[in-house]
Amino acid sequence: MPAPLLRAIDIHKSYDQTEVLKGIDLEVYQGQVVALIGSSGSGKTTFLRCVNLLEEYQQGEIDLDGQPIGYRMANGRRQRLSERAVSAQRARIGFVFQSFNLFPHMTAEQNVMLGLTKVRGMASGEARERARSWLDRVGLSQRRDHYPYQLSGGQQQRVAIARAVAMEPRLVLFDEVTSALDPELVAEVLGVMQDLAKSGMTMIVVSHEMLFVRDVADRVVFMDGGRIVQEGPPAQVFKNPESERLRAFLGRFHGLFGA
Amino acid sequence: MIAYQFNWSVIWRNMDAFLHGLALGLGLAVVSLLLGCVIGLACAFARTSRIKWLDWPVWLYVEFIRNTPLLLLIIFVYFGLPQMGVYGLDKIESFVLTLTLYAGAYMCEVFRTGLASMPNQYREAAKAIGLTPWQRQRYVVLPVMFRITLPAVSNNLISLFKDTSLAAAIAVPELTFTARQVNANTFRVFEVWITASVLYLAASYVIAFGLRQVERRYASVR
Ligand SMILES: Nc1ncnc2c1ncn2[C@@H]1O[C@H](COP(=O)(O)OP(=O)(O)OP(=O)(O)O)[C@@H](O)[C@H]1O
Ligand SMILES: [Mg+2]
Repeated sequence: MPAPLLRAIDIHKSYDQTEVLKGIDLEVYQGQVVALIGSSGSGKTTFLRCVNLLEEYQQGEIDLDGQPIGYRMANGRRQRLSERAVSAQRARIGFVFQSFNLFPHMTAEQNVMLGLTKVRGMASGEARERARSWLDRVGLSQRRDHYPYQLSGGQQQRVAIARAVAMEPRLVLFDEVTSALDPELVAEVLGVMQDLAKSGMTMIVVSHEMLFVRDVADRVVFMDGGRIVQEGPPAQVFKNPESERLRAFLGRFHGLFGA
Repeated sequence: MIAYQFNWSVIWRNMDAFLHGLALGLGLAVVSLLLGCVIGLACAFARTSRIKWLDWPVWLYVEFIRNTPLLLLIIFVYFGLPQMGVYGLDKIESFVLTLTLYAGAYMCEVFRTGLASMPNQYREAAKAIGLTPWQRQRYVVLPVMFRITLPAVSNNLISLFKDTSLAAAIAVPELTFTARQVNANTFRVFEVWITASVLYLAASYVIAFGLRQVERRYASVR
């Protein structure tokens, strides 16, 4: 087996006094789609934010391509890297937010281009070409000159996905990207994600869309109370939940996983 | 009571002076607003930065300016600075300095509120694509804040324009001072003050209309 693309080792994270992540270990291999499931407050978002260095954590290590990110050891002490250094590392990891977070003063195309020109240092012609081809790919070639407020939630989220993947990150993190959408718009976004998964993109997906998880994920990870309780291929995790918590959690999606 | 006889020919003869006064007032307001925006921006960032000792001097400046009558500031700067050994500012420069400091304090509050009211999600998205701290400010925070605060900045320009009439106190030849001069020479009280008022009103209205167009142009931030 090759080395994992992403490896999280014993991540602990507290807000004030409350420990929210209590030792997360996770390995993600190139091309894998890992689905993170669990009830509200179990720490899924917090973990994704730690991976993308949007949050600091008190203990543990995250390696990307075998290299630690976010922190370094200096004289035996763990030290946060400078914000500049962290920024460069973030560019290698895409993040898609539940609330889209498109830049409101930019068109769809400009949203996708910003990182390409300012972070990747591309000439604007080349960046525009790439932005257009990604907007095309997510089905928005007709909408590239629209501002976010002129787009539906589903369209905004597809722009946000294009913005993340156009940077050619090593992996992309999706945090409940369909939960803020009207039901009829969910499918178009999931379709784009399925297409990305098929093309070999490495992804960690937090989602309550269990059909999507079952059909697209290579591995399912169930989190509860800041810990990983069970992980494995979807069929196995869904058929043989080993804990009462997971059984109760899956029970909410009645009928989906056999009787 | 004798019926007042209007005589507008006095006004037409002095129209050039009125218009010059109006233009000067507008110029003073615009220059002070622009310089005030620079000060206000620096102060807003100082107050929201992590460097704590920057906070209270800025706070003091803002509170002092906002709680002192503008007329007093104008007179103090014009007559007081030379007493304190600062020479070389003419009437107009002295007034621009005062109005700039005045505008700076108000713009500080405008921008501070703008920064505070900006949804954090934009900063986060800017982080997530890998922009450096400076790039985030430059390409995301400032442009969004500019759009959020545009209506407040517009209102400030109109107030500043009206405040330029206080420059008459130190004989800056803007519209109010000009009107007083013409009145003193001709005794056409009503004609003169009606003309001045109408010019102020018309100019404010035109500025407001122009700024409304600018706001519409940048309305993509809701
Ligand atoms: N900024 C914060 N300050 C304090 N506590 C926080 C903060 N963010 C999250 N928490 C707490 O951390 C815990 C984990 O939250 P997190 O958002 O990671 O859960 P989640 O699994 O993503 O839940 P959901 O399914 O509702 O999105 C929760 O108990 C939450 O209250
Ligand atoms: Mg969450």
